Amino acid sequence: MNEIKKDVKPAKVIGVPRPLIDGPEKVSGKALYTADFIPYDHMVGRIFRSPVAHANIVEVDTSKAEALKGVLGVVTGDDCDEGFGVLPIARYEYPLARERVRYRGEPVAAVAAVDVETAQKALDLIEFKYEELPSYFTSEEAMAPDAVSLHEHREGNIERDVDYDLGDVDGGFADADLVLEREYNCAEICQVQSEPHAAIAEYDAERDYMTVRASTQVPFYVHLMLAKTLKMDQSRIRMIKPHIGGGFGCRTECLNVELICALLARKAKGTVRLVVNREETFITHRGRPETDVKLKVGMKKDGTITAVDCQAIQRGGAYGGYGIVTILYAGSLINGIYQLDAVRYNGLRVLTNTPPPGAMRGHGTVDVRYGFEAILDELSVELGLDPIEVRRKNLLKEPYETLNEMFINSYGLPEALDIVERESGWKDKRGKPGKDGDGKYRGLGVGCAHYPCGASKPVNWTGEPHATVHLKLDWDASITVLTGAPEIGQGSSTMVAQCAAEVLGLDMTRFQVHSGDSKLVPKDNGAYSSRITYMVGNASIEAARNLKTILIEAAAKKLDAKPEDIECLGEVYRAASQDEGLTFEEVVMAALEGTGTITVKGNFDTLPESHGTRKFRGGAIGGSMAYAYAAEVVQVAVDPDTAEVEVEQVWVAQDVGRALNPLSVEGQIQGSVWMGMGQAFCEGTRFHNGLPITGNMLDYRVPSIVESPPIDTHIVESVDPNGPYGAKEAGETSLAAFIPAYTNAIADALGVRPIDLPVTPDRLMELIEAKETEERVAAAQDSSVAAE
Amino acid sequence: MSDDAKQSVVRCTLNGRPRRDFVPDNMLLVDFLRETVGLTGTKIGCDGGECGCCTVLIDGEPRHACLTLAAVCDGTEIETIESLDTGGRLAAIQRGFNEKLGAQCGFCTPGMVMAAEGLLRENPNPTDDDIRAGLAANICRCTGYVKILEAVHFAADELAGRSEEAAA
Repeated sequence: MNEIKKDVKPAKVIGVPRPLIDGPEKVSGKALYTADFIPYDHMVGRIFRSPVAHANIVEVDTSKAEALKGVLGVVTGDDCDEGFGVLPIARYEYPLARERVRYRGEPVAAVAAVDVETAQKALDLIEFKYEELPSYFTSEEAMAPDAVSLHEHREGNIERDVDYDLGDVDGGFADADLVLEREYNCAEICQVQSEPHAAIAEYDAERDYMTVRASTQVPFYVHLMLAKTLKMDQSRIRMIKPHIGGGFGCRTECLNVELICALLARKAKGTVRLVVNREETFITHRGRPETDVKLKVGMKKDGTITAVDCQAIQRGGAYGGYGIVTILYAGSLINGIYQLDAVRYNGLRVLTNTPPPGAMRGHGTVDVRYGFEAILDELSVELGLDPIEVRRKNLLKEPYETLNEMFINSYGLPEALDIVERESGWKDKRGKPGKDGDGKYRGLGVGCAHYPCGASKPVNWTGEPHATVHLKLDWDASITVLTGAPEIGQGSSTMVAQCAAEVLGLDMTRFQVHSGDSKLVPKDNGAYSSRITYMVGNASIEAARNLKTILIEAAAKKLDAKPEDIECLGEVYRAASQDEGLTFEEVVMAALEGTGTITVKGNFDTLPESHGTRKFRGGAIGGSMAYAYAAEVVQVAVDPDTAEVEVEQVWVAQDVGRALNPLSVEGQIQGSVWMGMGQAFCEGTRFHNGLPITGNMLDYRVPSIVESPPIDTHIVESVDPNGPYGAKEAGETSLAAFIPAYTNAIADALGVRPIDLPVTPDRLMELIEAKETEERVAAAQDSSVAAE
Repeated sequence: MSDDAKQSVVRCTLNGRPRRDFVPDNMLLVDFLRETVGLTGTKIGCDGGECGCCTVLIDGEPRHACLTLAAVCDGTEIETIESLDTGGRLAAIQRGFNEKLGAQCGFCTPGMVMAAEGLLRENPNPTDDDIRAGLAANICRCTGYVKILEAVHFAADELAGRSEEAAA
């Protein structure tokens, strides 16, 4: 019999900073990522990629490659006539190109061979004959009236044209004291997650059974697409998600890598390992599209925003992917951060001969948010108003319904603004032009952003809940959390266990988490749109409550008491405060007696009113149960001779509803801020005739530790009424706020306003020189006037 | 490896154990570690020398295993991430990365930890700028580096007996 301690209390798990549940594996090198599975008898997979950006395929002759000794399988577009894609309405991409190639680097064929050298030789023996077609590398070229359509069913190369007009926009502009119009070009961004894409597929020909491990954020979408493209029954496919080296959205849809790997494994009847290199990872892309944002905003003298008119044109690459959702999000999320009464939006998603973008961190909102917060700053300055005060003037009051029927139930932006204003010394430091003693110009800028906690509208129309969690309680008195929520480094496994542990009052040491094996865990939609904490966290709470009910009933029976009289103290269940009670182990034994190991489940579904509007097409994209908010202030120091900008300090405050694990929340916020910084000052893809010339980590440069600033991180807790313990998302919101805070800080420092992203020293130098020329011309005119 | 690749004998000490291997002359150290020996803790994150995920210590110095031929490691002492935790306890630098959340996805972590380990052996009391210089060749895409700085300071403090744990 276990000894009962007198002072036992339920363990406090929520709100306590803690390292990640899988931290020790990661820091010791024991964590296995997809490419770390290297079975002795595996074959090496390699992909033959299109050397041209747009062409009709005449012939893919693989006979010589097939004849090479050591080549065990070759596949081409002929091996798969099923399209794949994340959106049921846009599944027109094939694992290997059929009839046409539409971007340079698109997979055309693939080989499986005994070793790397043989696989490489086999690729060299593939003969690819094609007829080139005109290629379009910019949205403008692709939309030209005489442009050839990339896809027959998408005339004019428009993947989606979104239009809506809410409130009295023209009246709003008429009421404004100042109206500004600006156009911002935002470069295409890549995730550059640390782990290049990889898959390993084991085909058991004896049983016609496929096991696939892949670097993915959405193992169950991959499962679905494997079944579709292989034309195999879903039940004959086992999908396993090993450790994942980051995602940021590049793996929120099934990629060609895992499909090609499985096609090869079946063809070669064995195990194929397909690890693509960094350049191929860049080509696989699914990053943030290049976006042209045209904004017109009206403001009254007191800072009130009267109307917004926004056009966004996204260079959508060669296939749909998430594109339709991205262009819809870009419009929807204009709303929900400030009180806006008149908004017009036109979004164009354009098909081009470049690799397809996807759902990168801050999906859809980032570039439009950048433009919006930048023009807000410019309006404030021109009207002689403090930019933070202008934001305060336009705060909404929750509960709030936006023009497009998004519901805001918790809103920590006011507090976030107060914090960054105070901590940054905003009032003393901002608006002080002129050179400092060290020859540098310093400035402060502010930016705000928000982000949903998962899309409320169901993504599958099968009637399945948004999230399901299983808890398995066994005779060893440990609890195994079975969740399909993919741990990709964001800490979801820790979060799911924490939610269950808090309900049961147990220490985390009683829990282990299994995530991402389609044969063991309940289906989950995956790690995207910041859905996991909100949805899977709530499902975990419900599962734990169900388990607690069972344990309380067992304890009541054992103690000969009523269940309502049982007090659960985590490690002890007792009938009254004087009662010695039962240890957790004893309660477990009592609960399992006669029934054996117990598995309980918990579900989560969104409220129908959060699904968004049906009043206009695409209106339901953006609808979420809750939205997280961030305010940021950035301090820059600019060297006027080189136009180099140093970010000296960032102050960020994010409303996360409730910080379930403050350590992890801080890490997410800091990572977001920093990723926004990369987009603001150095990142962007470039192509030469469709050839990616930034397909490596030197030409596509992400910030190193050397230029990464201190990030003073503050957590705001607005406690969302429906979030798990009040929690909202933590990992995406703060990204978008950095970018305008940065350009606004440069404007504060120099009096010149960067427009296009990234703000490279070259671009900034041009602006500085233009301003100096302007000043010299003005001075010369003044003196000539004076001379007369 | 290709049939006609020349091979060399490499005698080295790997994670404290002496080894003698025949390796093709064109084999990279990172492939030797991962595929021949089976030490997959060392990662490949780029196409050569850009990300630092493959950082190991060769004779105590941080080196890119993807820019080093296995054949030239004859007579050297090589340490990988798998060598750090001993006697069932994580090394101070690993505890730092775990406790301070210097690792999120964990893919850059083995290289980052080895670079930091190399730095701390050279300089047990690094400033922020020393750490920035020491880890300049290692890219992390998750953390924004804030907590990586904290992780290295945590380890330095612990090694110097300045940590709360040591004080207690």
